[in-house]
Amino acid sequence: MKAIYLAPFGIIDEDVMSTLEICIWQIFGYEVKRMSNLADAVSAFDPKTEQYNSTPFLKDLIRRVPKDAEKVLGITNCDLFIPMLSFVFGHAQLNGPVAAISLARLHQKFYHLPENKNLFLHRVMKEAVHELGHTFGLIHCSDARCAMSLSNAIQQVDKKTEELCANCSILFEDINKHIRRGNGMEI
Amino acid sequence: MKKLWNIMVVDDEEVMRESLAAWLREDGYSVDSAESGKEAIEKTKLKEYAIYFVDLKMPGGYDGIETMMEIRKTQPEASIIIVTAYATVDTAITAMKEGAQEYIVKPCNPEEISLLVSRIIKIKNLQRENSILRKKLTKQYSFCDIISKNPKMMEIFGLIKEVASLRSTVMIQGESGTGKELIARAIHFSGDRSTKPFVGVSCAALTESLLESELFGHEKGSFTGATGQKKGKFEIADGGTIFLDEIGDISPKLQLNLLRILQERNFYRVGGSEQINVDVRVIAATNKDLEDAVHQGIFPDDLFYRLNVINIHLPSLRDRKEDIPLLVHNFIEHIGPELGREVNDISEGALKILLNHNWPGNVRELENAVERAIVTCKTKVLTEDDFVFLNTHGNEKKQWSVPPELTLEEIENQAITATLQRTHGNIKEASTILGVDRSTLYDRIKKYNLPRN
Repeated sequence: MKAIYLAPFGIIDEDVMSTLEICIWQIFGYEVKRMSNLADAVSAFDPKTEQYNSTPFLKDLIRRVPKDAEKVLGITNCDLFIPMLSFVFGHAQLNGPVAAISLARLHQKFYHLPENKNLFLHRVMKEAVHELGHTFGLIHCSDARCAMSLSNAIQQVDKKTEELCANCSILFEDINKHIRRGNGMEI
Repeated sequence: MKKLWNIMVVDDEEVMRESLAAWLREDGYSVDSAESGKEAIEKTKLKEYAIYFVDLKMPGGYDGIETMMEIRKTQPEASIIIVTAYATVDTAITAMKEGAQEYIVKPCNPEEISLLVSRIIKIKNLQRENSILRKKLTKQYSFCDIISKNPKMMEIFGLIKEVASLRSTVMIQGESGTGKELIARAIHFSGDRSTKPFVGVSCAALTESLLESELFGHEKGSFTGATGQKKGKFEIADGGTIFLDEIGDISPKLQLNLLRILQERNFYRVGGSEQINVDVRVIAATNKDLEDAVHQGIFPDDLFYRLNVINIHLPSLRDRKEDIPLLVHNFIEHIGPELGREVNDISEGALKILLNHNWPGNVRELENAVERAIVTCKTKVLTEDDFVFLNTHGNEKKQWSVPPELTLEEIENQAITATLQRTHGNIKEASTILGVDRSTLYDRIKKYNLPRN
């Protein structure tokens, strides 16, 4: 069976990595493996906004997808944006192999509030499930508590859970069946 | 609902184009992209898009504003959002003036784009819902292909249902183009005779002898050219309905023949001696004032009373203007596909022109006007420009002037007489039109010794 890989850019807190390993296995049912640490994509840096364009991160990941990887999730401390939008919590290839999440705006300190590790780890799980969900072909969900609901602000991230709603779970199961059939696995 | 809507992103910078397209796809929309205005315009001809994100500055060919203007020509209902990295008040004003729905500066706050798109889609969904409801409304207000929500027409629909299965003769009066034949068909097809023939004859179109032969048939050799026996329309309509249009135009001889058939239910073919019995319901129609013709002795009163057992007086289109939008949408829905034209709506301005027109040719004239507009229309929506052919000068009300040498009482007498005629003796309606209370109107009727009808 293929695995979902976690690809840390730079140094990522061990609590983040281990929390994600458990959460992703629980939600998607895939074995979770780690890739060795990657360097932040320097070419992605925009000195004007002091942010990183998320597209080079994804391109870098695509080049490194391991043979036994179903999906690869990049994790970075850099504040990401896409050229059209001022920032993104994460970026994924819809139906593609790779996604990335940024931890920068998930910290309370970004909003000038005292750090709250528990809250931060929950936010990380929600965004990881959200972006990986896109790689499996799930689109935004209208259920505000579903991990696939759209978050344009941290308040919306806090409103949702790290779980998929009943509809998105059924959709994921269907998609996953097709993937496993394609991989020659018994269902 | 999202999947129903297509979005197009037009930007010469691939990274901009693809990042926005990918972000919108994650939201469930079907997104296409184009790297130039020219490519976008070409794609517009093949597929409909609800929203266009168009970059303002694009090199070579069409810039954002020009692209938007070209898109508007083929898809006037599309919402166009102009995107720019260099915001100036001037460009924003130009974009909005030329019809852009929004003007945004990149990079945008993700929440801003989300709200903008969802707001536009919400409006599109409402517009679509409105169009579906409008279609349902047309169905609700339609009776056997006749569309109306006018109270008088609704009364007529009720009367049709009541009399449809009777054999009584019906007289339909109304101006040319008000739909007299449609009413006749509605009576026939809503009643017990619906499975039997409905035969229509236009009495004004034929000479006396031809009409006689047409109605009653002829025997072989009855006149030069009668090489064989021929059944008349009355025989063909046996068991069903015969519709005699323009009955006011028939000759005195035919008036007598017709009276006989209405009284006796039998007739002779031209040149024949065999009496033919038929069971035919007669529906007659005219755009003339037959009562006046009776008073003048032009039309026999006994025939008039035989024909006028059930009277239906159809209002003119100018007396049921509330039906114009319903009728127009119905014509667009039917005529467009018949002519192979993709026209699906009418602008408010164009509808206003139609509402202000006097329509001397009634529904038929309206239908012809819409058909003509659909033929010449260059977009999917009929606009004011498509109805310039309506002669507004000839349509203006003639300047009314006081007839010379009339006393005030005579003018009052004429005004009351004309209003009572127009309202068919309805005192309440006439008093409202004249702006007096009912008791005053009764006083004047008594004073001038006026007939109520």
